[in-house]
Amino acid sequence: MEEILQLVVFGIVIGSIIGLGSMGLTLSYGITKFANFAHGDIMSLAMYIAYFIVVDLGLMGPTVFSLSFGWGMFLAIAVTIILLAIFSIAIDKLIYKKLRRDKSNIVTMAIASLGVGIIIRAVVTMFWGPFARNFVPGIHEAVPITGNILIKPDQIFIIALTIVVTIVMYYLLYHTKLGKAMRATADNPDLAAVSGININNILAYTWAITGALTAVAGIMLGIQAQVYINLGFNLLLPMFAAVILGGIGNPWGALIGGFVVAISSEVSTAWIATGYKPAVPFVILIIMLIVRPRGIFGSNI
Amino acid sequence: MDFLIIENSYLLLTATGVMNWFVGFLTTFAIFAIMALALNIQWGFTGIFNFGVVSFFMVGAYTSALFTIGPPGEYENYIMGFELPILFGWFAAMITSGIVALLIGLPTLRLQRDFLAIATIGIAAILRAVALSTEGFVNRARGMNGIPRILGDVVSGPDYKWVLLAITLTTLVIVYLLVEKITASPWGRVLRSIRENEETTKSVGKDTVNYRMQAFVLGAMIMGLGGAIWAHRMTSIDPEAFNDLFGTFLIWTMVMVGGNGSNKGAVMGAFLCCTFWFGFPLIQESLPDILGNKVFQLREISIGVLIILFLLYKPNGVIPEKPKISRHL
Repeated sequence: MEEILQLVVFGIVIGSIIGLGSMGLTLSYGITKFANFAHGDIMSLAMYIAYFIVVDLGLMGPTVFSLSFGWGMFLAIAVTIILLAIFSIAIDKLIYKKLRRDKSNIVTMAIASLGVGIIIRAVVTMFWGPFARNFVPGIHEAVPITGNILIKPDQIFIIALTIVVTIVMYYLLYHTKLGKAMRATADNPDLAAVSGININNILAYTWAITGALTAVAGIMLGIQAQVYINLGFNLLLPMFAAVILGGIGNPWGALIGGFVVAISSEVSTAWIATGYKPAVPFVILIIMLIVRPRGIFGSNI
Repeated sequence: MDFLIIENSYLLLTATGVMNWFVGFLTTFAIFAIMALALNIQWGFTGIFNFGVVSFFMVGAYTSALFTIGPPGEYENYIMGFELPILFGWFAAMITSGIVALLIGLPTLRLQRDFLAIATIGIAAILRAVALSTEGFVNRARGMNGIPRILGDVVSGPDYKWVLLAITLTTLVIVYLLVEKITASPWGRVLRSIRENEETTKSVGKDTVNYRMQAFVLGAMIMGLGGAIWAHRMTSIDPEAFNDLFGTFLIWTMVMVGGNGSNKGAVMGAFLCCTFWFGFPLIQESLPDILGNKVFQLREISIGVLIILFLLYKPNGVIPEKPKISRHL
């Protein structure tokens, strides 16, 4: 029982990362209607930008609270959010915008996004090499919650940050004019356009929010695991599973879907070999696609 | 997959060096052209968004290897190892790939296009995980080594490369003629109409899911054949080598560059992309030092830029599909 509980705790940590990543993925998926295969690689890019700030520039500073990192990491998160928001808008303006105008189908855009992902991976490898790195070297001690169930302070930070981001997202989507316009556009772009919503602006804001969420999720992944280029791409399938589980375009569905996917993957390791863990999100994905492709919560936000 | 890298670049300065490189290059091109023709059946003609090309590449390679390789040695652990003739291995590779495609297609071919892409890229990841994690199946990360060469017991020495080239080119020609024939048939016409408008095709009484399945399985079988030839050419394979960039994206680039739905285009695309992909490292010497050791990353960046440029500015490829309109019009 304790083993299972420990796996659930771990699943909640991973679920926070997958959940935030999926939230970003589902927002852009809902509004642009194409599957962004570069999403995982953009998450990886986020951790390397943070790595550049805290390690290469040496801005980490002394550790704070009981975390393994210092205030520099907070700075890195803020800077990466801004950079990736700009980056996401730029990619859309450079590539996807023209493909949309040419009435290319979603498939062409998906292939283009895979190309973007490959470029990102190669550029990162060019500058930082193919090997895994750490924000902070060494092993960080875990502390008990109850009994033998352990959690690291860093992991508590990840969960706390996820809660903060979720509250901000809730406020943004439901208590601002922008959020209302975004939801309207995701629901029906044509209807939104005739209601006087500037679709292009909404699209840019959506990409910016997607970029920001990806930045947070990517850095959390780097803190939790390592700074390693393949990690983001490896999370692509779990994230798609979470997105489809929650209904495309539904950020809350994606968040919950992220937790479902991550916890079931982690708990599965109690029975099956760890090597097969990637299969769990896939099975969830296939079952959802066949049984209820609209997702459990539907696509309306 | 950097087997075409010249260990000592001065080798290229000699006539034999150039010849060796070129023969190896053409062999690789022929195998990739077979893969591109296969993907063209699935995507170019039928519009099946298969992002898991590498799955069938891998299944074909492993199947042919397992049927033709000797029994496992002391430190090896894999199933089968029947030492059967290579032609039998090829046959088994095609059948197995076809069966795997059938199993994958049953739940996924009804899905809308982007969902199918997500599902197939996922299956590729799972197959790699299974090959890497299952004890006593395909020798895990150590891979299969000592896969017999095609006609390796008949010809050996420096002449062997010519034999291999002749065999792969012949196979390419046969596959090309076959694909050309069947895609020009009424069957191929149904595939194209599914690509253009599945609902309309359904409305004239065609069982479109069934046709999609047939195209998917046929394409997968040819991919399996390509994988089989690859395995015997490389003589050793391992799961990590079958990554998405090399086994899926590169082949997609070939089809997109060449022109969707054009068989000539697929072969042309394969030639252009192979020239680019395997020729690129040759510029290493002429690059400044700081870039010279980054040549592989530069190559990946360039191929990514290349496909995006094609999608943006030349979406029909270098040899676009000829519109086929009734001659009575």
